[in-house]
Amino acid sequence: MLLLIIAALTFLIFAIPGKLKYFYSLALLVAGIALTGIWSFEVLSDPGKILEISPAPRLTLKGLTLTIDSLSAFFIAVINITLLTGFLYAKGYLRTFRPAKSPLRFSIHFFSYLWLYLSMILVVIIRDGLVFLIAWEIMALSSFMLVIFDAEDTSIMKTGISYMIQMHAGMFFLLIAFLIVDRETGFMSFDSLKTYFGNHPNTGLFLLFFAGFGVKAGFIPMHTWLPQAHPAAPSHVSGVMSGVMIKMGIYGILRVLMAVQSELLPIGIIILTFSLVSGILGVMMAIVQHDLKKLLAYHSIENIGIIGIGIGLGVIGLATGNTSLSLLGFGGGILHVLNHSLFKSLLFFNAGSVYQAAHTRNIEQLGGLMKKMPYTSALFLIGSLAICGLPPFNGFISEYLIYLGMFRGLPAASLYQSVIILGSIVGLSMIGGLAVFCFTKVFGIVFLGEPRSNKARAASEVRREMIWPQFITIGIIMLIGLWSVLFVRPVFRIVAGSFGLNSISITDLNAISLRNLSQISIISGVFILCVIIILVYRYFHLKYRHVSYGPTWSCGYPVSSPRLQYTATSYAYNFNHLAKPVIQTKKEMREIGEDEIFPSQRSFETVSEDIFKKLIIDKPVDLVSGLLKKIAVMQTGLIQHYILYAFIYMLIVFLMTYFNLI
Amino acid sequence: MAGILLTALAALFFPGLIVRTKSIASGRKGPGLFQPVKEMAILFRKGSVFSTSTGFIFQIAPAIGLSAILGSMLLVPFANMKAMISFDGDFVFFAYILAIGRFFSIIAALDTGSSFEGMGANREVFFSMLAEPAFFILLATFSMFTGYSSFSDIFSHFHITNNHYVLIYSIIGFFILIQIAMIENSRLPVDDPKTHLELTMIHEVMILDNSGFDKALIHLATYLKFAIFGALIYNVIVPAGWNVPLQVLLFLVVQLAFAVTTGLLESFRARNKMNKNPKFILSISAIAWIAFVIVLIMTNKLI
Repeated sequence: MLLLIIAALTFLIFAIPGKLKYFYSLALLVAGIALTGIWSFEVLSDPGKILEISPAPRLTLKGLTLTIDSLSAFFIAVINITLLTGFLYAKGYLRTFRPAKSPLRFSIHFFSYLWLYLSMILVVIIRDGLVFLIAWEIMALSSFMLVIFDAEDTSIMKTGISYMIQMHAGMFFLLIAFLIVDRETGFMSFDSLKTYFGNHPNTGLFLLFFAGFGVKAGFIPMHTWLPQAHPAAPSHVSGVMSGVMIKMGIYGILRVLMAVQSELLPIGIIILTFSLVSGILGVMMAIVQHDLKKLLAYHSIENIGIIGIGIGLGVIGLATGNTSLSLLGFGGGILHVLNHSLFKSLLFFNAGSVYQAAHTRNIEQLGGLMKKMPYTSALFLIGSLAICGLPPFNGFISEYLIYLGMFRGLPAASLYQSVIILGSIVGLSMIGGLAVFCFTKVFGIVFLGEPRSNKARAASEVRREMIWPQFITIGIIMLIGLWSVLFVRPVFRIVAGSFGLNSISITDLNAISLRNLSQISIISGVFILCVIIILVYRYFHLKYRHVSYGPTWSCGYPVSSPRLQYTATSYAYNFNHLAKPVIQTKKEMREIGEDEIFPSQRSFETVSEDIFKKLIIDKPVDLVSGLLKKIAVMQTGLIQHYILYAFIYMLIVFLMTYFNLI
Repeated sequence: MAGILLTALAALFFPGLIVRTKSIASGRKGPGLFQPVKEMAILFRKGSVFSTSTGFIFQIAPAIGLSAILGSMLLVPFANMKAMISFDGDFVFFAYILAIGRFFSIIAALDTGSSFEGMGANREVFFSMLAEPAFFILLATFSMFTGYSSFSDIFSHFHITNNHYVLIYSIIGFFILIQIAMIENSRLPVDDPKTHLELTMIHEVMILDNSGFDKALIHLATYLKFAIFGALIYNVIVPAGWNVPLQVLLFLVVQLAFAVTTGLLESFRARNKMNKNPKFILSISAIAWIAFVIVLIMTNKLI
């Protein structure tokens, strides 16, 4: 009921005067968060409880009942945290746009933001298929409006439209899937899926759902919208989209998996394969990017891959009755949803701060920002460490759970499964190594060394209102990293409840995992303590010693220009060499001819293309638009021709009826 | 606890032994056994010179690097005693905590803004990334073989599976771990610690700008890391059930042999060409894969 009032109140934003718009929307958002937060807390604190709310007592439409089980409650928590920090961050971020844009634009922006929030909440608590699809559609529309906030730039408008089209391609798969369910069972809802899966082959319908939700989640090869839409959107929006919105795809997949009855093994292997490919290729493509936000977008694909690996292994565990693999796989995957939403939004927000300070997202032009923007750099560093899955941060905990599931699952696994599990272990360890590669590059080139351009030289720290909201995120990141038991216990409960795992072995496993996690907390604490002791000792040591400063060693010659520093391209060079088959990097340059004694000015550029985008989107589109262009010859603009076309058409119809063809 | 003390003890001798072996192999008398440790002690007392390009990261990185090594040390068991901290999947933590030390040493190198150090940083991260799967495949095979998933449990059950093929197994494990240790510690054939040209260095070039206290921390971390890998190798080849005094002796012998072998290898072998390194490192993963297939056969899963 209250949700309805909030929804109605959002329309009032167009009537609110300029400066108050932000606070009005914030108030609505906080109200929504408080309301759903209570629901979510109620369900999470009481295992097995399912909250059913009908929006209005008189309105007894059956589809409109809101059902919150533990999985929904978990996703509500994820949505609430990031949407709140995103909106707090937006206050500072939007300030620079204020003079240039009309109040109406801000109204639309805040309105879409609120509706994105509401639609995501609806997506996770609605079970009826049709209403779900409507909420899903609102989500796509409102995020589209958010992406094109800066639509003066035509390229952004173009990206927005391409995003819109790709979202609808995904929507199309979902619609078909739901229609099939509707035809076979008479009901169009997640609850009737169970009936369908009970009597029909499972893999086909699951694949349809997987394709539909996969577009949103960004599994390769359905990821092509991600690296375009994220750089185009304002940073708080990219943070929210990448942190939370793509997880709605994961939610959908989990929800469908809860209903799947048989053929679990092939389904698990399908998910696992897509996830491994997404994970490894995602991070590989991230390494070669120059655009900071594009790079982060590719990293989202990688992290979706990690989540998918957990889920895939969980399904394989279900199929083979390997409870520990199921619990730890699903648990790791679901926890990674929360973790990724935290550190990815953090990284996007700070990327936005960098963009506002230096007015460029090109990594090659940045550098030395650590000294100019200490807070932003420190926050970005923590995000980087967390996304690489390094202890003592939160990313490690979820990856550890997945690893643990695999290692514990190995001894009991059959030949076939052992090979699958080993492949996943190799994949996950490679993803870890590549992520370290990628983020040492990003952090090192963007924030360290000397500024590579005047833009970077002129940068200064962003406003405080853009920094403090991120401390909320950092706080949760550290809490998960250091006191993981607190979070893993409810996650296990969610998994056990949602997938009906055997409860006796669950309590057993629970105890084991939690003991392990507390050991991790201890050793992480020891590690941090060690660092602090050494640093304090070092501080007092250096206080009484002679400390002097000088230029960096470079064979005796001081470096003449910061442009001589190692760049992002050179950092990725040897990797590029190795990854040639999957990553096509084109060099654009003109070589110096032999007869050119005084070479003129040259430019050199490397461009890495996404081969999936090229094969799946660009080529077919080119083909179709080429064909349409040829057909356009008919469009002459002469009225006689058009009358002729009508005449020919009638003639054909006449002849076909005459010969009984139609 | 005993394991940690022994590892620390071995770390004291390690660098000196390698230098001594190399000197003798090249026909020189060489410095005393404790010379590298003495040098480190001198560094610990010195002041520092910092580059004006560097900042905060450069200052904290060595401390984090050493703490990571100390943290990983707690996980390595000795004989039948459990490690200080032992839990399921602790080797995952082991690999990742080493990675956080590496992460900081790499970004510290980038902090100086020197292209030499950028190059070194890039190579370090590239090669260690390639070596990562080998370690995980090896540990996966170990855990499949013994049915346990922590260092302590794996090594204490390693030799009591009543399986005679364990010998093949520990040899493969031994071989792979030595190779990983060489890569992790930037030794031949991937990296050459005694090279004099910045362009061909990997690890050495990354610490060009460190001095005094920080440099001493880095040296200490390197020595300890070597001994930790020595301890892992020891655990693979010596059954955990043997009586403890004998094991202490054997531990020192194994560490000694490891150091001498490293010294000898470095005396008689040239470093790989830089662009051959990826192939070389990936071949280790391939060998680890063979080990996995052998275990599949041994546990009657295959054939």
